[in-house]
Amino acid sequence: MDFSNFQAPGMYPYHASSSSKQAEKSYVDHPIMGPHNSSFTLMPEAPSKHTKYPYVTGTSVLGVKYKDGVLLASDTAASYGSTVRYKSVQRLKAVGKTTALGASGEISDFQAINELLDQLITNDYMWDDGNNLGPVEIHNYLNRLMYGRRNKFDPLWNSLVLGGVKNGQQYLGVVTMIGVHYVDDHVATGFGNHLARPIFRDEWRADMTHEEAVALLEKCMLVLFYRDRSAINKFQIANVTEAGVHISEPYALQTNWSYKAFENPTAGAVGSW
Amino acid sequence: MRSWKLAKMSMVFAPRLAESAPTSHVGASWSPYDNNGGTCVAIAGADYCVIAADTRMSTGFSILTRDYSKIHHITEKCVLASSGFQADVRSLQKNLDARHQIYQHQHSKQMSCPAMAQLLSNTLYYKRFFPYYSFNVLGGLDNEGKGCVYTYDAVGSYERSGYSSQGSGQTLIMPVLDNQLKSASPLVLPPRESSTPLTESEAVDLIKDTFASAAERDIYTGDGVEIVIINKEGIRRETMALKRD
Repeated sequence: MDFSNFQAPGMYPYHASSSSKQAEKSYVDHPIMGPHNSSFTLMPEAPSKHTKYPYVTGTSVLGVKYKDGVLLASDTAASYGSTVRYKSVQRLKAVGKTTALGASGEISDFQAINELLDQLITNDYMWDDGNNLGPVEIHNYLNRLMYGRRNKFDPLWNSLVLGGVKNGQQYLGVVTMIGVHYVDDHVATGFGNHLARPIFRDEWRADMTHEEAVALLEKCMLVLFYRDRSAINKFQIANVTEAGVHISEPYALQTNWSYKAFENPTAGAVGSW
Repeated sequence: MRSWKLAKMSMVFAPRLAESAPTSHVGASWSPYDNNGGTCVAIAGADYCVIAADTRMSTGFSILTRDYSKIHHITEKCVLASSGFQADVRSLQKNLDARHQIYQHQHSKQMSCPAMAQLLSNTLYYKRFFPYYSFNVLGGLDNEGKGCVYTYDAVGSYERSGYSSQGSGQTLIMPVLDNQLKSASPLVLPPRESSTPLTESEAVDLIKDTFASAAERDIYTGDGVEIVIINKEGIRRETMALKRD
């Protein structure tokens, strides 16, 4: 097996290197000549405990509001640099009874966020005061969490999509790793912003039925599977309605590779070998 | 920790990497900042103040949402419009809200616009060595009921003037305001009365024209403009659609 094309995470291009010489060895923090030390080389540097780059990452998450609630969609892949390392990762999670959270980016940071949210929901439940945290509150909590970590230069390397329904009102929001946050009728992270949002802008309507909304999401996920190299053909959809959160079992979509151009790809190529 | 403080001081506003796509930039590293674009304008009149901002929120060459408000009502007579890095803007707004609540508890009254102007300057300078990347225009009525506009840079340097614009379309809009408004330029000596003799509706029309013009050439300005008018009757809000390209 030839692994010469394998690109380990943490290598070029994520790290800050001031010269190409440092590119080879700067994934190990050298005590004197570390990647940041071009201007103060006399100071010995302790190993960094701050996140510099992600390792195991998930790709896009999509979200749309529809007539009765909110849908989130993602694939179940987690990549390690250029390798699709894990193919059964659930990147959607229920938060309490009202909200679903989807994450792209570093999977271990998503798992840490899930731990914190579990504690938050448990504490909320234990108050037993007739109130429960809704999507608005969870969105604000996540925003403060991400922004707080950004202020310490130690981000949780995720883009989060939060969808929920409370008191009949649908809510759909995003928080990025530096604390940028917003709400909208349809959202996407990563590649989804480039490939799916234009389709949403063209075809989304406020009164879509569940079937129509799922069809729209599947159309976009298919485009992402064709065009995003970190995506795989195995998806999950989270459906949030007043009744609660339901995350589907993973499933695949029909793909079409029978284009004439794919049949003999080298037909038009001229070469000497 | 010392090395991090030094690193922070030399931190430039480098482009942030898309977290799921490798880029071809060698040497670009994680940046705590992003520019989410947008433009803010305010015009002060004899007894009114108009504050406006577009509603587009972007990152890089993508539009995140077309309907995001950059305008924040801090007090009854004072409105803050800010563009720049949205997370910092929102954090700044919450900070000022908290401080205003404390002021109200301690003084049994709302802060005046000039007082809020000073507070905003101090709040920005407090983070002089890790700034709020926020370009602000504060507008409202002063203690005598006259319109006032305060304009800021990211670290709190400010002045009161008759009109101002900040943000990505600032350089497109400011010369038009200089030309059209009959209020004194801040450069004139001796210093003159700083509000414009335009009527309220003339000022609103001018705002609409300037935003429509800025949206033509500035890619980060567009989708819609939100206009807030403060006068002795209270606060009123208008919106106008802008080009979505």
